[in-house]
Amino acid sequence: MKGIKRSLIGLAVAAMFGTGAAQAQISDGVVKIGVLSDMSSLYTDIAGKGSFVAAQMAVEDFGAAAKGLKVEVVSADHQNKPDVGSTVARQWYDVDKVDAIFDVPTSSVALAVNQITKDKGKAFIVSGAASSDLTGKACSPNTVHWTYDTWMLANGTGGALVKTGGDTWFFLTADYAFGLALERDTEAVVLKNNGKVLGKVRHPLNTSDFSSFLLQAQASKAKVIGLANAGGDTTNAIKQAAEFGIVKGGQSLAGLLVFLSDVHALGLPTAQGLVVTNTFYWDMDDQKRAWAKRFAARNDGKYPTMVHAGVYAGALHYLKAVEALKSDDGTKVVAKMKEMPTDDPLFGKGTIRPDGRKIHPAYLVEVKKPSESKGPYDYYKVRATIPADQAFRPMADGECPLVKK
Amino acid sequence: MTEIFGVPTQALFGQLLIGLINGAFYAMLSLGLAVIFGLLNIINFTHGAQYMLGAFCAYFLLQLTGVGYWWSLVLAPIIVGAIGIVIERTMLVRLYKLDHLYGLLLTFGLALVLQGLFTNYYGSSGMPYRIPEELNGGFNLGFMFLPKYRAWVIGSSIVICLGTWFVIERTKLGSYLRAATENPSLVQAFGINVPRMITLTYGFGVALAAFAGVMAAPIYQVNPQMGANLIIVVFAVVVIGGMGSILGAIITGFGLGVIEGLTKVFYPEASNTVIFVIMVIVLLIKPAGLFGKER
Amino acid sequence: MATTAAPPAAAAAAGEVIGAAGDTRTFAIATLAMALAFAVAPHVGVYPVFLMKALCFALFACAFNLLIGFGGLLSFGHAMFLGVAGYASAYSAKNWGFPPELAILFATAVAALLGLVSGALAIRRQGIYFAMITLALAQMVYFFCLQAPAITGGEDGIQSVPRGRLFGVLDLSSTLALYYVVLVIFLTAFVLIYRIIYSPFGNVLKAIRENEPRAISLGYDAERYKLLAFVLSATLSGLAGATKAIVFQLASLTDVHWSMSGEVVLMTLLGGMGTIFGPVVGAFVIIGLENYLSGFGQWVTVITGAIFVVCVLAFRRGVVGEIGAWWARRKGRLGGRS
Repeated sequence: MKGIKRSLIGLAVAAMFGTGAAQAQISDGVVKIGVLSDMSSLYTDIAGKGSFVAAQMAVEDFGAAAKGLKVEVVSADHQNKPDVGSTVARQWYDVDKVDAIFDVPTSSVALAVNQITKDKGKAFIVSGAASSDLTGKACSPNTVHWTYDTWMLANGTGGALVKTGGDTWFFLTADYAFGLALERDTEAVVLKNNGKVLGKVRHPLNTSDFSSFLLQAQASKAKVIGLANAGGDTTNAIKQAAEFGIVKGGQSLAGLLVFLSDVHALGLPTAQGLVVTNTFYWDMDDQKRAWAKRFAARNDGKYPTMVHAGVYAGALHYLKAVEALKSDDGTKVVAKMKEMPTDDPLFGKGTIRPDGRKIHPAYLVEVKKPSESKGPYDYYKVRATIPADQAFRPMADGECPLVKK
Repeated sequence: MTEIFGVPTQALFGQLLIGLINGAFYAMLSLGLAVIFGLLNIINFTHGAQYMLGAFCAYFLLQLTGVGYWWSLVLAPIIVGAIGIVIERTMLVRLYKLDHLYGLLLTFGLALVLQGLFTNYYGSSGMPYRIPEELNGGFNLGFMFLPKYRAWVIGSSIVICLGTWFVIERTKLGSYLRAATENPSLVQAFGINVPRMITLTYGFGVALAAFAGVMAAPIYQVNPQMGANLIIVVFAVVVIGGMGSILGAIITGFGLGVIEGLTKVFYPEASNTVIFVIMVIVLLIKPAGLFGKER
Repeated sequence: MATTAAPPAAAAAAGEVIGAAGDTRTFAIATLAMALAFAVAPHVGVYPVFLMKALCFALFACAFNLLIGFGGLLSFGHAMFLGVAGYASAYSAKNWGFPPELAILFATAVAALLGLVSGALAIRRQGIYFAMITLALAQMVYFFCLQAPAITGGEDGIQSVPRGRLFGVLDLSSTLALYYVVLVIFLTAFVLIYRIIYSPFGNVLKAIRENEPRAISLGYDAERYKLLAFVLSATLSGLAGATKAIVFQLASLTDVHWSMSGEVVLMTLLGGMGTIFGPVVGAFVIIGLENYLSGFGQWVTVITGAIFVVCVLAFRRGVVGEIGAWWARRKGRLGGRS
């Protein structure tokens, strides 16, 4: 009784002091987080509802209530359309008093939200989108790019494969900005490491049949077939590659952008042997495993992809910065996030660079054979770790106007 | 490399064969559409969603009841065809007296509903479905490695297409059907149950779509968006072939598959557009389509 | 199968009762009321950006309705006008530094040109074939936009389009100022459409819709009238697209995708094909729904599809059409005066 009474008083006092001071600078007394994701089309499984769950978990684990901060989480679907995304972002910032937006897969939407966030002085923590322009030409003092980007993917998979003998490449590229950027970045890495690119073929976005392109890839006899595409294109290409016996014939497939959910959709017999770079895998240590199990319980049994992990870690760090600053002013909070080193159970210790790029190690993984897997989502074996300082593009190369030369 | 005009002949044959196989899919799908439009004057925009239902049906049969691929090939079309019959009896039948455009809008709406529901529950990455053991592996033809499954696709597709064409154009049942579309009241006066024939025909067209879906499941990911991506192309095929012509749909399906295949070799970025360019050209020169009759 | 009156005729008959067959007074009152409501709305708490989006789509739907409701031609490719104008407006504002009024004018002209070219190709055919040609042309435009990232930005679209100063004076980065500009554009175009419909040109168009051979026998060049209607519809759709690009400061592939063509058909159908105010109502309902449901993302498609189905089966005259029919029945029952 006494203990409870004391802690209640303590809580009340803390609340008075805490919220009193905090409320003075937290807009409307509430820190409102908006998770803007793709809930209905291509990236539903990669991000989607799971991102919302991840953000909620971050808020709970942060212990907002105990620290006297009121935090709310809302979510919306941008359907992969830049105009839907920008409408939601505007409405959230103007009307619904949202202070920070998280996730946003699909680079075109992320770029739009990036601009709006800058115009309104809020905060934007990207987890789902890939464009390295977010920390390059389009960098902003209000944006943090977590999880991954095209440069990291190209360097991770490309570099590692070339160094381990995959020195001749053939590219299967989705013919749009993202695919072309991925192909360009990977080709640069391959050439830099004395590899050769034997050929490329560009396929239209949302192609269901890759047989013709795979035939060309087979004929080239390149050691590695790089898939510079994402989502359904990648899974279709991988499935059909298995049909044509490409991997059995001795060539390896490099999925330049593949998530855990894609592997789950393909199934191990089809996806085995695929080499991928991710910045988070749940089965690497106890902390990650514990978190993943909690996540899966709230996400219909689906395990987290690196995008989900990025939303969680980003939200945690954001809240820490808000708490330290006692304010949710977007520009100031992002500056504080860059000032504070990061530490969370999912990405470990890391930093955020002045251009907004979050730095953490990347992992080169290979998809297990069915016999090696002990259960659902037990899909990867880690082949190599790329240290944080080498995983991402050097700041000077990014052409970010915020970075002084 | 792949972008040079002088592609080695061996590679070219391989691409032509692939094009033919893709054409087989287009032919099967457009066959269902052509049957429905040709005989019933209904523009069935739901065709893509019904194709998707066929693939999902095969997936469910496997997951929930352990029924494998071969039985699914028979059961899925029957199940989805039955669903089609329900749609026809409850909704389409009210639109026969109106402009066909209403049928288009209704089936468009239905397609959205089906696709949306499935995306809700099954996400968008798709569900795995394996190629049946008997059809695994392939033949080394010298100029390319032909997976057995693809050979099966082209073979069964030709059989189904020719079979359907034969039934409609050369049998008594087919002739009743064709007569019923020209002059339903007269045919009904002869004692033939015209509404039932219409219902069964719609069901048959839908079953064809589902059959194509089951065939697609092992090679394309079983995912709720699979129909949406294909439906516009299949429409183009049907329009080019002639909207009422069964033979037109079959030949155009295969033909366009080959043309698309060649485009993929010489100018792959345009492989999605070439069909529409052809469609515009055909519509301008011969609006009823290559094999169609103007109505 | 037997076909009876083309879809819009029934709706038109109902809708003609309201805004009644050229009854300018009723129309003027209704339009004034509408204009007033819109003018006041942002001050009573309705979010202006939502209103602007709805107004742009309402204009798009009205332009589309001109073609199908009064011309009897179902185009399944109208998105190409909306989208291409959006790109033209965005590109000229961003890369050539056009002020907003010039960007919008330029883009509208581009849409008119596109309308002329595609109309010339499509008009020669009828009914379903016409719809299919427009679809094919729109698909080609879509792929062009996808494949020309230098002009259209491909998947990213054209971002960060400046809003600029209208006539060098009015700073459009103020949401409220921009809102009133958009409202003026919408009302002007809306009244223009009304004048087109209830003009001699409009009457001939309706005659062609009802019975083309008879109109031709009376000496009217049906093809030319249909083409003109098509170009007008395309131009006004372009106006909607150009304005939208300035409002949202972005132009993207969504606006040239075939699902956008489907959406405008739905708005017009729901609101009432062949009525004057129908498309406006339809656009507001659909945009409102999308807005409201964006939290439940997955259900938007399902509900949109369900609305289509319900409208086609039971609600063909659309909201305004049904109201018009009810009003007509009521008048009839009261042995009404006209």
